[in-house]
Amino acid sequence: MRFKPLLSLTSKTIVLPQDNIDTDQIIPARFLTTTSRKGLGAFAFYDWRYDEDGAIREESPLDSHDPVERAILVAGSNFGCGSSREHAPWALADFGFQAVISSDIADIFKSNALKNGLLPVEVDQKTHQRLLNNPGEELTIDLEKQTVRLSDGWQTVFEVEPFARHCLLEGVDPLGHLMNQMSLIEQFEVERA
Amino acid sequence: MKPQSLFDKLWSRHVVVPETREAPAVLYIDLHLIHEVTSPQAFAALKERKLPVRRPALTIATLDHSTPTTPPDGNGALAYATPEAAAQVQTLIRNCRKHDIRLLDLDDPQRGIVHVIGPELGLTQPGKTVVCGDSHTSTHGAFGALAFGIGTTEVGHVLATQCVLQRKPKSMLVNFNGETPQGVTAKDMALAMIAEIGADGGQGYAIEFAGGAVRALSMEGRMTLCNMSIEAGARFGMVAPDETTFDWVKDRQYAPRGPAWAAALKAWRALPSDYGAAFDKEIDIDASRLRPMITYGVSPDAAAPVNGVSPAPRSDEEKRAAEYMRIEADRPFSDIPVDRVFIGSCTNSRLSDLREAATVMRGRKVRAGVTALVVPGSESVRRAAEAENLHLVFIEAGAEWRRPGCSMCIAMNGDQGAPGELVISTSNRNFVGRQGKGVRTVLASPATAAASAIEGRIADPRPYLQETREMADAV
Repeated sequence: MRFKPLLSLTSKTIVLPQDNIDTDQIIPARFLTTTSRKGLGAFAFYDWRYDEDGAIREESPLDSHDPVERAILVAGSNFGCGSSREHAPWALADFGFQAVISSDIADIFKSNALKNGLLPVEVDQKTHQRLLNNPGEELTIDLEKQTVRLSDGWQTVFEVEPFARHCLLEGVDPLGHLMNQMSLIEQFEVERA
Repeated sequence: MKPQSLFDKLWSRHVVVPETREAPAVLYIDLHLIHEVTSPQAFAALKERKLPVRRPALTIATLDHSTPTTPPDGNGALAYATPEAAAQVQTLIRNCRKHDIRLLDLDDPQRGIVHVIGPELGLTQPGKTVVCGDSHTSTHGAFGALAFGIGTTEVGHVLATQCVLQRKPKSMLVNFNGETPQGVTAKDMALAMIAEIGADGGQGYAIEFAGGAVRALSMEGRMTLCNMSIEAGARFGMVAPDETTFDWVKDRQYAPRGPAWAAALKAWRALPSDYGAAFDKEIDIDASRLRPMITYGVSPDAAAPVNGVSPAPRSDEEKRAAEYMRIEADRPFSDIPVDRVFIGSCTNSRLSDLREAATVMRGRKVRAGVTALVVPGSESVRRAAEAENLHLVFIEAGAEWRRPGCSMCIAMNGDQGAPGELVISTSNRNFVGRQGKGVRTVLASPATAAASAIEGRIADPRPYLQETREMADAV
């Protein structure tokens, strides 16, 4: 899939401070019977947003979500742990998030997010704590410079896998990159046969 | 030459294009397993780009997550949880037909949970790379394979190219030194390890499990251990292959035969880590001190010995978990009532797991008011268990004996607990709502789950196992 290039993003945050937010929280398994990747935002954090009777949980910070205003999710450590379901970043991206920030993001989730225009940003403990303490703060995430800038001018750098960064910046599809290696793949198969 | 680890060897033998600063390695995939939940969007992506499945013979499909575990009705109709679940199953059937992929269909005598059938058919072999759109793919690492879970986009990559883009993770060696005491299983080892290193302790690592207690495990036990790697955050878990591995693989349907078997053995014997191989991190666990384990929180690292008491919460996080679980501090676990018992999942649904549970349940009854579900991992496991009359042990004890599938592990096929219920489960995740909205999950081994079914409370299985041993000795 191709995405529009993501250069930088300025938005307010939504904070979910819990550690170990697993992909079953991000999208409960009962919504995984779909055969499409579209429209999953309706199920993002479903059981956090709605109670047993389907009524909106007023206390949830997600309830006041406005995709234009708040496209950055700040979460506790080990975000996205658990299952490999790509439905998790599909749901978050469809819900309106363009980036997720934590001190530590689970491997498979990170890999899946990068393929779906949802930027996973891992920051140091100090920055993480600041972000957790200030929900709704406006930030600028600059993918090109790999920086997160807070409203008071505090700035920190983050790591992002260089190939994924290239794909996001240029709108390149990783499958195209793999297809371009086809002659080497064929040669590999011949040599080991 | 620099000593290489098992992981180094598996990795380097599958590199098509080496990793650079700019791009991950192109890694060749020998075995691609697919199921109904994480594949439809991958096939759709192929269709969108008008790409064929490049090596259909290297992909095998099964139906497990959305499938009912109750038998078909008189007209042969299955009780799907929703029409969407039925449609998802039909989508995989259609995609497999269209692309000439072998499918273990609903009526196939070899169908089962994806991580049970791969090894069972002899498809999973030492030295292979194995991927699946499923985080528990680490299970196959038990054979000395490089096995890891991938996302749906990557499922599409494998279908189209037979490769994935992947950077080499760091390596970790987890040594289980010494011998486990009686009644301590691979599941207990896994939970003890996760409690020790944390739910994110393995993040960014490929784990090799080694040491006397790992060598002593059966293949089923090694699969349970590798299966749970991801619950410590590690995408890869593996055990060096040895005679136990070779004996298990030999003569299975897809195993090499004749001269090919001899050649394979020679190659497989060269796989274990060289003496002096370097790891980025090493952990030592004294296996002789392990006890049967259970979880008391909502993350798999909240695990403790079954005969202990619940610890006091150390953070807001743990406080919330204790509130959800309704387990206050200093409560003996043996005091906690159980509503439902689930024995199954890709972690613990193989024949040895069912034997372990049956050993405890034989001649005993599931406590009144407790519902117990036993779900074999595959049709082959079901047949083998029934040939030993294990199903009768469960049925006579008052448990339900079901058809194979993921069932209550992921609770998307209709098998689930009711809000507020406490479920003791041999599966792999105790996340909030994992087994149904508001359900409280306690993870345990099959023996512990079975003992708890009998007592109606969380129970230490060792007295039951001891009694069975004494009875056997008396005979």
